[in-house]
Amino acid sequence: MIPPILNASGCLDALTAPSVVERLDAFVTKTVTPLPREGNPPPRIAETESGMLNSIGLQNPGIDAFVRDNLPRLAALGVPIWVSVGGFSADDYALLCTRLDECAVVTTIELNLSCPNVEEAPETAAELVTAARDATGKPLYAKLSPATCDVAESARAVAAAGADGLSLVNTIRGLGFDRTSRQPVLARGAGGYSGPALRPIALACVDACAKAVELPILGMGGIASGHDVKDFLRAGASSVALGTILFSEPWAPDRLRSELEAAGAPRADEARGQVPESVA
Amino acid sequence: MNARREQVRAIGVEQIGPYTLLRLERGELDPGVPGQFFMLEAPGRVLPRPMSLCRAPRGELQFLIDPIGPGTRALCALAVGDAIHVFGPLGNGFDVGVRRPLLVAGGIGIAPMPYLAAVLGGAPAILGFRSDHHAAAAELVPRASVVVEPQLVTELLPDDPGDVLACGPEPMLEAVRARIPGAQLAWEAPMACGYGACYGCVVERDGRYVRLCVEGPILREAA
Repeated sequence: MIPPILNASGCLDALTAPSVVERLDAFVTKTVTPLPREGNPPPRIAETESGMLNSIGLQNPGIDAFVRDNLPRLAALGVPIWVSVGGFSADDYALLCTRLDECAVVTTIELNLSCPNVEEAPETAAELVTAARDATGKPLYAKLSPATCDVAESARAVAAAGADGLSLVNTIRGLGFDRTSRQPVLARGAGGYSGPALRPIALACVDACAKAVELPILGMGGIASGHDVKDFLRAGASSVALGTILFSEPWAPDRLRSELEAAGAPRADEARGQVPESVA
Repeated sequence: MNARREQVRAIGVEQIGPYTLLRLERGELDPGVPGQFFMLEAPGRVLPRPMSLCRAPRGELQFLIDPIGPGTRALCALAVGDAIHVFGPLGNGFDVGVRRPLLVAGGIGIAPMPYLAAVLGGAPAILGFRSDHHAAAAELVPRASVVVEPQLVTELLPDDPGDVLACGPEPMLEAVRARIPGAQLAWEAPMACGYGACYGCVVERDGRYVRLCVEGPILREAA
């Protein structure tokens, strides 16, 4: 079984790379906020020994321009469209979901509840999901941070609030210094840490949440091979998303599918999750 | 995206002063327009490194690399026969439809100039370097005037410089921009992907952040 393969939000621009999007089972947009955002000052990215740090800061055109200008072009790509949304209050999430609820092309809304690079909403993740749930009937995936003391508890809370699935995980906060300037490598200081170093952390979160709730899990965090995909399925994911690997290898989805095909069908215990209807 | 990603072999690794001229098989890759760049897999590193094409002899792609960090050092440590993934050409190159080109480059900013000079049929060039050792790279650009610090390339700019196409450190580009409105300037920024995916390589233009890999790396100043 080859699970649905998506991109992680913020790791692919469908409009600059449609030939990559064609390889995906669904495309997840960069997070959209109610108002336009210019994002954080550069430098925004830095490589580490085993991953990368980023602090982009949710640069996006805002929901109005996104719906007007981007969505029609995304619709033309012919793949299911997931829209990632982020805000700074429950009202923001409600507004965003209300707008997207009217957009037929949007198959799923991913709630970015855990961006490490902007101020957080004061409400809990569950309260934000409740606000979103009241605003839309579309499938809602809650994207959680790995940097919580009990991610399974967060999973139970967002499940009770009406989430239809979990996106696990977002980047984890990290900091690096330039050894020549002795300044942080990113202009904003700490950023989100992703890549191979994140993978075991993500797997532990997927495993904990799969044991805590019945929701389908979109697993992500440092996936770079067919073996990595199988690990996420073993841990309880039913679909996977690619992030940092897309930066170095845009057509990685093709290679991962070949590796999965070559590896043959997994044993029954290698796939705990169920395939979510929204991407299947 | 017309760019391809292909695994190609190193067929030469040559020292030029402190720099390394990495000669790769071209494979099916298109050399693109001067000023465009390729993402080069840096062995052992998480991310590839953006490099503008230096020369494009038949069957080859050549890159001039300054080993200043772990990625560039890994590229300079390649041996003949080693294979790396190369993705490109990417970004927007120089507009070569100019009447009176003058190439201006500082330090490793010389990298795109040999290919640019070849496409322009041997345009005049002013090259600046930190030391005589670095200035060894000037051999890659015929007809070049060469200055070494403390002399600066801007000191050699004529009063009527024509169409300036420049690449170099930011202070040099800022100085050229101040002197010559309308110059085509090649900028650089840390880049994770090179094809618009990561939003890492932004530079500020008219109060907005634009992705250098999509809008650049060559930006023409409003004249």
